[in-house]
Amino acid sequence: MNAMRSTTRWLVGLSGMVLTTVLFLVPFAFILTMAAKDANDASLLEFSWPAHFQLWENVVAVFQARDYMLIIAFINSTILTVASVTLMVVFGAMIAYVLDRRKSRLNPLINTFVLAGLIIPPAVVPTIWVMQSLGIFKSLVGLILIEVAFGLSFTVLTMRAFIATIPREIDEAAIVDGAGPLRLFFQVVFPLLKSVIITIVVVQSIFVFNDFQNPLYFLPGQQNATVQLTLFNFQSQYVTSYNLLFANILVITIPMLVMYVFFQRQIVAGMTAGAVKG
Amino acid sequence: MSSPTSSRDGTPVVLRRAPRASAEHVDRTYPLWFHIPGGVIYLVLFIVPTVFSFYFAFTRWTLFKATFIGFDNFVLFFNEPGLIGSLRNTLVYGFLTSGLKVVLGMLLAVVLSAPIIARGYLRSVTFFPVLVSAVGVGLTFQVLLDPFNGVVNKAITAVTGGDGPGWLTDPNIALLSVVGIDVWKGIGLATLIYIAGIAAIPNEYFEAARVDGASSWQVFRNIILPLSFPATSTVIILSLIGGLRSFDLIWTTTQGGPGFASDVVASVIYKQYQAGFYGLSTAGNVILFVVVTAIIYPLSRWLNSKETAL
Repeated sequence: MNAMRSTTRWLVGLSGMVLTTVLFLVPFAFILTMAAKDANDASLLEFSWPAHFQLWENVVAVFQARDYMLIIAFINSTILTVASVTLMVVFGAMIAYVLDRRKSRLNPLINTFVLAGLIIPPAVVPTIWVMQSLGIFKSLVGLILIEVAFGLSFTVLTMRAFIATIPREIDEAAIVDGAGPLRLFFQVVFPLLKSVIITIVVVQSIFVFNDFQNPLYFLPGQQNATVQLTLFNFQSQYVTSYNLLFANILVITIPMLVMYVFFQRQIVAGMTAGAVKG
Repeated sequence: MSSPTSSRDGTPVVLRRAPRASAEHVDRTYPLWFHIPGGVIYLVLFIVPTVFSFYFAFTRWTLFKATFIGFDNFVLFFNEPGLIGSLRNTLVYGFLTSGLKVVLGMLLAVVLSAPIIARGYLRSVTFFPVLVSAVGVGLTFQVLLDPFNGVVNKAITAVTGGDGPGWLTDPNIALLSVVGIDVWKGIGLATLIYIAGIAAIPNEYFEAARVDGASSWQVFRNIILPLSFPATSTVIILSLIGGLRSFDLIWTTTQGGPGFASDVVASVIYKQYQAGFYGLSTAGNVILFVVVTAIIYPLSRWLNSKETAL
């Protein structure tokens, strides 16, 4: 009985390893080997070890391409991600906190808005029209605010569930000690949200950093490119040099893979929020 | 403190005032203006454009001047084969990706919840694609699925001797190929949600089943399947919303082609925007809004009611 169990354990595990390795790791290995090949070798599109291993040269070439556009794009994407996720977290926490703590006639409306934000696809051209009349179309500030607007719903929903578990006695103790609403929120409540904040920061960073659609619509133009758009813009240029295309894919994927290694647990917590509510 | 609970003639004073004082106290502690910073951004950049889309969808529009033309944009949309086809493709894409993620995600999660070797490795590997951008995935698969030199078709030729299909270039299967890529990219998330759902099932159920001598199939059918229902409904809703709105992956693999074979509403919106037909593009937005809401809203209510019935 026991021997049989451990045999199945090994069999299932081994076949799972073979299957998932072929299905899920081969494409990654393909990216890596292509990124390390020379141009001729890469143009064969084969899954093989590079004849001449030149990963570093390719990465340098990708960064130098088009007057170091990838570096500018990395700076743009970093500013975009940091700024929009910061605003999302602070503003989202403020909304979720008052929404949970205070029974107001606004609450049903706000709840409807939160769900609407999760479901409704944004209206593209009218959004551009609004941004143009505000003078923030084709600007990084505009795109930051767009990402905040589209990401706020998920943030509020996740935070509200967490804030509901924080006892009100903590608020009351702080008030008795003479804290005003701002000090109560930012110095007492906000630090208590640390774990859910890390979760949201990680999940939303992946989303904003990997976003393609919103920069494509709301921040067009070569000098404004975010990292995902460089890949897309360079595609035609790379038709003859697949090694550089894949070096570019590799370079812009690594930040999120590194993030996963560090924050694995928070990503799992954030992405599964709601799965076990029953 | 000497707070009197009643005045001299016996009528309660403080008691009558207490509720008002506490309401004021709540008002002061949790000010409504906390909603304003986030709310303004959300209203101006999301609600206002959404509301106005219902006007501009009925116009010929140049961003500077809008001419009201009634239902012309919608008539055009529903009569043009390339446009109405995108609506059908959107539904096929949404329901296929969602269904496959539910079934395959559940199966993977059951395997990855069992005590097998290398479990952590398997969980990480299936999750990796979630972290890669749609652009990266799309371009990688464009090369892997190349009809002549691609790795996949070379492997097919090596095994069967015949030629593999033109995965992204054959109009009959281009959409299905993108569905496959989408499932490959998103299956890790569905699996993760299911693993959490299965882990939340109390152990007593499994122990009782073991004592009763239930087979693994019976355990799956009578315990795991019904009790992981909250996870199922989350996966259905999330992947359906994502699938119906999907743009990134389709645009970076086929750009809606060949012809209009894999166009979805979201890619039509982009194409019409690029072509300068802003009214038509916005009509596409309104159609997508109606389709997504008409499917997701009743579905999520129904799933919720089943969940509470459990």
